[in-house]
Amino acid sequence: MGLIQSIIEAAGIPTVSISLLREVTEKVDPPRVLYVDRPLGFPLGEPGNPGVQRAILIQALELLLVGDLPTRSSIQV
Amino acid sequence: MRAYPYRRVEWRPGARLEKPLSACSIAVVTTAAFHLPSQPPFDETIRGGDSSYRELPVDACLPALGIAHKSDAFDHAGLEQDRNLAFPLDRLRELQADGAIGALALTHYSFMGSITAPGKLISTSAPAVASLLLKQHVDAVLLTPV
Repeated sequence: MGLIQSIIEAAGIPTVSISLLREVTEKVDPPRVLYVDRPLGFPLGEPGNPGVQRAILIQALELLLVGDLPTRSSIQV
Repeated sequence: MRAYPYRRVEWRPGARLEKPLSACSIAVVTTAAFHLPSQPPFDETIRGGDSSYRELPVDACLPALGIAHKSDAFDHAGLEQDRNLAFPLDRLRELQADGAIGALALTHYSFMGSITAPGKLISTSAPAVASLLLKQHVDAVLLTPV
């Protein structure tokens, strides 16, 4: 996924990704990443829990405002 | 995981957001292998992974989306219950209603992920999606894995 992100960013569109696999993501080195402390299959936290999903989504979208790249953030939910 | 080649694509210096989020049109690109019931599922028998993509319209019915991932590397239960976990259309609509983002793109994109031979992804399908996003005048893209 980091490869797709890098290609879209290189095309001129700001991108942010959610990652559940820190080790893999760092090797691919995409521009903006939010690490979510959840297992594979749960990138936005919890099914049927809009509050948790929204918190993750907002923190990810706010990374789009960061200009000093690459940038990393993490969230525990 | 050792099978992954860890290819990199040069993106530096990176793109800048030209306006506040409240004025931005946002698109989602997911590797959750979602597809419309009317679209063919991804082909898991392709060696190295299926590098094709599916277009998901903003008015797609989330619970009806197919999930082509058969991989047992992750727990599918969450996604089966709530597609927002990887394609958060409902949450983005709420953020739009609150004025936190400007708009949702009319078309979003789904890949399969777990592509161990990403040559075609890098040369063809990911640039094609980037080009479609530019044509739609999307301001920013959120990428979600499974």
